[in-house]
Amino acid sequence: MSEQDILDAASLKKDDALIPQAGWFERSETLQKLRKNKKFPTIWCSGCGIGIVMGALIRAIDHLGLDNDKVALVAGIGCTARMPVYMDFNTLHTTHGRALAFATGLKIARPDMKVIAIMGDGDALAIGGNHFIHAARRNLGITALVVNNSIYGMTGGQYSPTTPLGGRATTAPYGNVEPPFPVCDLAIAAGASYVSRSTVYHALELDKFLAEAIAKDGFSVVEAVSYCHTTFGRLNKLGTAADMLRALKEDSLSRSALERMTPEERAANTKVVRGNFINVDRPQYTNVYSNLITRVQAGEK
Amino acid sequence: MTVKLMQGNDAIGWGALAAGCRFYAGYPITPSTEVAELLARELPKVGGKFIQMEDEIASMAAIIGARVGGLKSMTATSGPGFSLMQENIGYAAMAEIPCVIVDVQRLGPSTGQPTAASQGDVMQARWGTHGDHPILALSPTSVRQCFDLAVKAFHFSEKYRTPVILLADEIVGHMREPVDLPDFETIHIFEHNVTEDPATYKAFRNTPDGVPPLAPFGTGYRYHITGLFHDEVGFPTQRLDEIDPWLERVNTKLESHMDDIALVEEDYEPGARVAFLSYGASARTARHALKLARAAGKKVDMLTLLTLWPFPEKQVEALGERVDRIIVPEMNLGQLAYEVERMVGRRKVKRVLRANGEMLTPQMVLDAMEN
Repeated sequence: MSEQDILDAASLKKDDALIPQAGWFERSETLQKLRKNKKFPTIWCSGCGIGIVMGALIRAIDHLGLDNDKVALVAGIGCTARMPVYMDFNTLHTTHGRALAFATGLKIARPDMKVIAIMGDGDALAIGGNHFIHAARRNLGITALVVNNSIYGMTGGQYSPTTPLGGRATTAPYGNVEPPFPVCDLAIAAGASYVSRSTVYHALELDKFLAEAIAKDGFSVVEAVSYCHTTFGRLNKLGTAADMLRALKEDSLSRSALERMTPEERAANTKVVRGNFINVDRPQYTNVYSNLITRVQAGEK
Repeated sequence: MTVKLMQGNDAIGWGALAAGCRFYAGYPITPSTEVAELLARELPKVGGKFIQMEDEIASMAAIIGARVGGLKSMTATSGPGFSLMQENIGYAAMAEIPCVIVDVQRLGPSTGQPTAASQGDVMQARWGTHGDHPILALSPTSVRQCFDLAVKAFHFSEKYRTPVILLADEIVGHMREPVDLPDFETIHIFEHNVTEDPATYKAFRNTPDGVPPLAPFGTGYRYHITGLFHDEVGFPTQRLDEIDPWLERVNTKLESHMDDIALVEEDYEPGARVAFLSYGASARTARHALKLARAAGKKVDMLTLLTLWPFPEKQVEALGERVDRIIVPEMNLGQLAYEVERMVGRRKVKRVLRANGEMLTPQMVLDAMEN
């Protein structure tokens, strides 16, 4: 979409915005990456942040100029995991928690493809936590996109491994008693080559981080902090989708802003930190295995 | 090739290689680990790939992912690991992704007896994953059959786009026999031939044989695969007019090809009124008993089932019409006997069971002829 399109869209009356304008789809390079034969609208609630992440992902792939045939999106189960079906790539919607394990087989079979695993926080870190750390340890050339909305949305608002301490959920009616996983710290500790975090308020920053992550030849993680106004927002009295989106702006800060703080301020910080946290080059699994095949076929014992 | 002494697990590995397996993912577990060890060593030599995953759930997921990418794939495990694989086996059945799962059965339930033999996973192979689904299971009785049925397992999985369980057991898996394996070049490998235009490709459409060809990812066919009920192009659906034809096609695609799928060995004698019916390691016991019985002048039939699922109903029913009594030796508490009884009636069936990790003895089978 051009800048003018965006400005035009903003000036539309509410009802007009629901009606696709003439040539609207065809004029957009990024929208061309949506499936033409898939029924819309999406399954997500109005105001959900997941669609913003989908837009960022499409723009990132578009920016890198990748061939649609050479991109695979692999997802597990949950609201976020429904994302691939709308996009015109090779799309594999798997079982709950196992996106990275399916992606592992696919990436090894097709090292020439860009494989992106799309997961929610429950999918990636509870039921799929073991696969997450082992994919990172292997430094397999997969991008893990974790959309963190702090809750199980699809099943109606149960607490997840990223629900904040004290946060309400249908299974934490008196407040969550479990501390949350710091997703990026976990990924770095497990061996990921590239780790960044941003929020759905900072959509263009997500574009940039996703493009960097997908371009990386190694295990890369982007945590996209989102919100679930339908469950988490309602249970915790956080207002509308717009209120929660605005809160992501107010309750987050860049990594450089954090670094400008005094040590005391840093220690007391409770805001979400956005930025790139690691970007290193380590031997990527499929390259290492390809070398192994060459060595073995050359007769090495 | 020359005659070699090898164990069943090794023969399974060689059979997989001969059948074109180029990806293996697994997790170590007794008594199946030799399959992984052989393929870790041999796959890179032929340009194939081996990975030891973090658990059996991931192993099962990885082989499906690799097949989606175009590599013929296999995993091997035993009872506890087989239990962990069940959800993703159901996924492979739902999404119709070919793959081979070797289960070298050990004594269960739970951790059971890792080094003891059993045939306790027969029903799990059929109904282990939730929901009605097609499944194909083959059970070898010898080292050579481990090779042959591994080849068949890949052939069937590709031809019918289904997960295939190679249901071996600790005895056949670890037993060593001299075998003369065929030249791998002579093995026919089934390849999917996708000729459709990518723009109109439907990975889940109906075809005359009920099995649409499968295009690998990355080859220009961009489509959606899901474990949800889906339409012909793979998109999730809740429409009954799309779900019902799918149910019909997928749950009959094996049964309508039983002439191809039902592998049995019939060793029949004119005038026999009693028969042994068995499979896997127990079939070896039954064959020993058969030899002793015939040496004593008794007329006995023997039906060995190599295909367990879908159950070879026609052959078992026909046997029921030949004889008055069918003796079913198996190393569990009567899992396949249920199926035999379903075909020929309970009164005709005599179970010979042992589920303590020890092999049945020929005498136990012979005793069953007397009472």
